[in-house]
Amino acid sequence: MISITINNKPIMVEEGTTILEAAKKLNILIPTLCHLNLHDINVNSETASCRVCMVENTKNGKLIPACATRVWEGLDVRTDTLKVIRTRRIMIELLLSDHPKDCLVCAKSGHCELQNLANENNIRSVRFNGKQHNCKIDDTSLSLVRDMNKCILCKRCETMCNDIQTVGVLTDVGRGFDTVVGTAFDHPMHETVCTFCGQCVSVCPTGALTEVDNTSQVWNALDSEKTVIVQVAPAVRVALGEEFGMEAGSIITGKMVSALKALGFDYVFDTNFAADVTVMEEASEFIDRFKNGGTLPILTSCCPSWIKFVEHNFGDLVDIPSSCKSPHEMFGALAKTYFAEKIGKNPKDIIVVSVMPCVAKKYESARPELSNQQIGTSDVDIVISTRELARMISEATLDFTSLPDSEFDRFMGQSTGAAAIFGATGGVAEASLRTAYDLITGESLQDVNFTPLRGFENIKEATVNINGTNINIAVASGLGNARKLLEMVRNGEKEYHLIEIMACPGGCIDGGGQPYIRGDIDILNKRMNAIYQIDSDKKIRKAHENPELQQLYKEFLGEPYYGQKAHDLLHTHFHARKKYDEA
Amino acid sequence: MLNIKSLKELQKTTYNDLVKTLSDNSNIGIKEDGSFYLKGDYYEKQTRIALRNCGIIRPHFIEDSIATKAYIALANLLENNIPPTKVVDDIIESGLRGRGGAGFSTGKKWAEALKHDDTQKYVVCNADEGDPGAFMDRSILEQDPHSVLEGMAICGYAIGATKGYIYVRAEYPIAVQNLEIAIKQAKEKGLLGENILGTDFTFDIELRLGAGAFVCGEATALIESIEGHRGMPRNKIYRTAHKGLFQKPTVLNNVETLANVHMIMLNGVDWFKSIGTEKSTGTKVFSVVGKVREAGLVEVPMGTPLSYIIYDISGGIKDDKALKAVQTGGPSGGCIPANLMDTTTVDFESLERIGSIMGSGGMVVMDEDDCMVDIARFFMDFTVEESCGKCTPCRIGNQRILEILNRITKGDGTMEDIRTLKDLSNVIIETSLCGLGKAAPNPVVSTLHYFENEYIEHIQNKRCPAGVCKNLLTYVVMDNCIGCGICKLNCPVNCIDGERKEKHFIHIDKCIKCGTCFDKCPKNAITMK
Repeated sequence: MISITINNKPIMVEEGTTILEAAKKLNILIPTLCHLNLHDINVNSETASCRVCMVENTKNGKLIPACATRVWEGLDVRTDTLKVIRTRRIMIELLLSDHPKDCLVCAKSGHCELQNLANENNIRSVRFNGKQHNCKIDDTSLSLVRDMNKCILCKRCETMCNDIQTVGVLTDVGRGFDTVVGTAFDHPMHETVCTFCGQCVSVCPTGALTEVDNTSQVWNALDSEKTVIVQVAPAVRVALGEEFGMEAGSIITGKMVSALKALGFDYVFDTNFAADVTVMEEASEFIDRFKNGGTLPILTSCCPSWIKFVEHNFGDLVDIPSSCKSPHEMFGALAKTYFAEKIGKNPKDIIVVSVMPCVAKKYESARPELSNQQIGTSDVDIVISTRELARMISEATLDFTSLPDSEFDRFMGQSTGAAAIFGATGGVAEASLRTAYDLITGESLQDVNFTPLRGFENIKEATVNINGTNINIAVASGLGNARKLLEMVRNGEKEYHLIEIMACPGGCIDGGGQPYIRGDIDILNKRMNAIYQIDSDKKIRKAHENPELQQLYKEFLGEPYYGQKAHDLLHTHFHARKKYDEA
Repeated sequence: MLNIKSLKELQKTTYNDLVKTLSDNSNIGIKEDGSFYLKGDYYEKQTRIALRNCGIIRPHFIEDSIATKAYIALANLLENNIPPTKVVDDIIESGLRGRGGAGFSTGKKWAEALKHDDTQKYVVCNADEGDPGAFMDRSILEQDPHSVLEGMAICGYAIGATKGYIYVRAEYPIAVQNLEIAIKQAKEKGLLGENILGTDFTFDIELRLGAGAFVCGEATALIESIEGHRGMPRNKIYRTAHKGLFQKPTVLNNVETLANVHMIMLNGVDWFKSIGTEKSTGTKVFSVVGKVREAGLVEVPMGTPLSYIIYDISGGIKDDKALKAVQTGGPSGGCIPANLMDTTTVDFESLERIGSIMGSGGMVVMDEDDCMVDIARFFMDFTVEESCGKCTPCRIGNQRILEILNRITKGDGTMEDIRTLKDLSNVIIETSLCGLGKAAPNPVVSTLHYFENEYIEHIQNKRCPAGVCKNLLTYVVMDNCIGCGICKLNCPVNCIDGERKEKHFIHIDKCIKCGTCFDKCPKNAITMK
């Protein structure tokens, strides 16, 4: 232990602790901007580049960055001297001197860390003026908008893109004042290997990186003559409440359904229903491959970001992922066939809107493979993120917290605990196992909890004995972990039967479209607990026992995986991509 | 392949050959101890240790280097199995300090790298010399590459490294070429590579070419660049001697520092300490440029008065103008006013005391025709261009300083700007992430300190006393005008009027201050006020 003093308050901390961490223990709040430390999901962006957190070493009057300086014995610092305060002010003013002042209409307004910092530090004017960045805004992709004029070069996005996700799209370009975070050869995002996971957006402190806003399209759809169907992904219901000041991890499914109905959607359905369908299809495909000597391991294919990552980086392995469409795409395909028949509507007069914790789903919904040629439309028409839904609810003058609970509509609204856990890392594998076990053995699995597959660990492994055969399962979240896992598989170091991968660290609860957690890992923990709470509260926890699902197969689809309709509507294919081709 | 014995024999024969070769050269003499020197006042007033062989040996012939005892210091270590700790202690004891700028004890760096056990350690030579007008390292690399290679090998021996990198800027093609030749020749002779001189000591050197970024002269940025990343300084959590290149213990020394190692090993610690001052031992090479009569590389003992370098060695100021200031330490250094020339000596302590730095040894001499605000602006322009853009104070702060200086030199400055310059400079110096940013405002701080009245003159009276800042100049026709009309004919904006054979007149409101009339007037009848 090391004893130090901060603002005359002594404290003992462990070796390796930063001044920032030590100060926090004393309830001294040193402002930061570039710093981001999410230990549980292995994210630590420690560039110490913004220089906002400088504190004064009382021994020599020197300023040191609190976020990146490890304490040493006898260290005595102050965070509240005039020198520190003046320095911080100048630093913030410098940042603001190269920042557009359009806060009132900025997509990050209210969630902007620079805005908050300026406000908390009482900045009321900026004494510096001069050259400002004048970059072209890249809004070419369907998922992300990059406005580098608002970038403060904290490099959190680079940490995410390069170190955590190992996607490697973003890097510093140019030098000196003209330095910007850019892409190789300044290619627009849709021409890069970007997987649109949106983790860069999640960590960006300012409005430099935001999601493409599709809310106007939804408003227009709601205003049209068409039947508008909405579906909501499992991770949305444990996070949406945060946008309205509710405790993280609040399960607000009922209020959310009420809100969606109030917004004017004709039918409010649940992607969880489609997640159950996905389990049926994927488990059946797995059993088929397993029994008939097909390619193993089978990789889950729910995550569009992950799929694009495979296509770019593991082109030789594109036959390994399950051919299943992702749940919301399955939902779209079924809504425009099965449900359209039920309500006697022409599928062309149906608009499917997905509310997702994800921005990659926006890009995914435009993939040409994910459309119905006969009908001539995409399976899913519009995708909005959790954050966008929150904005629509506000726009519609709804007091979210006081809304009553409502139920999802019939036919595609019922779901099991298996579907609920799709929202967290390990959930898809666990859900598939619950069903695969029953389908293979013909028995009913008693303890449905596969706890080794849960939690934030980078790569999780488990072996399950089904009918005397050991099934090896691996789960990874975060694309960097996925890369490691796939390389081990490719090199023959590891042999698995089933691998689940989610692109975002922790799974969809930490998706690129979720309310910003701004460095608070507790929020993710609470969301994850909520996901498993929903599961354990459900009477039915195995996908194949979902009555609406059983009705779907009986009345419409026929046999899972092998049936023609299931094949046509619920399965797709992937293709290897070059490093730089059109997305 | 040479062994220790055959190297020493070869040294004797090649020495005799070299004496013969040089006997025809009237510019080169031989001292009593048998070493060579360049004749002439300019050289003989210097103490050339790092530059000892420059201009004397042929760099493409390893025999010439061996003749001047290259690799003999290394051979002695190997022959006598000198323990690495002894080598490190000697370097500490010699007081050798880094010649790249910061002046950190070379021996302490080595000791730290020796202390950390690891399977792989590295010696890196920083040959990314980038200060404008500075050519000390270039001269050594081009003309005496083996002195650097031997210095690195000795360092490798001392800290237990088997691999070295020389990070040399690609803009020095001859240095690159000569280093390549030298490394190849040294390997062929068994002086580098595996089992050096038949012993079990192994040390190999590879070149890495910099791509033109000034900041890559900063140790951690250089390391990042060698590793294949964008050259940006690291946030220093560990010393490079602990976790440096590829996170391994690394000693990073400058070219001139390494060129001194051989001499210390060969001539002893006491000899080295006898040169220079107590805290700054040995010599320092300066690249003296600007308004001196003889510009060039000058190597003098630390502690030599500035005036000795400028007047005694470099011949004083051109055209008998008055000396105004000397900028030492390159773009990160400070301006020293003329009245401090006699009392200022060139050593780390003395220069720092008066607000400048030793830096890598750049020395720009300025006379009465140089505008100090413009000089500060010039150096600021350089560092702003060369900032890596990582940290806020350097990226934005220095840009804002440059903008203020541009305003002042255009006559748009305010007195408030002086205050802002001071505040901003202090914050940038105290908060920048690396040495480049921390030192960038030095030219502003030192010119403001010594020449604040020039700033005020620009701001309040819209006048540039040195007549440099074009926007503040007025062109006036004097009485000796003969009315030839050449100025009128050449003026690009037609702002000159006058009858033939009568005195002409410049309309100041239309004048763009291009200076064409001034240049064209056959009678020097146009002046700037």
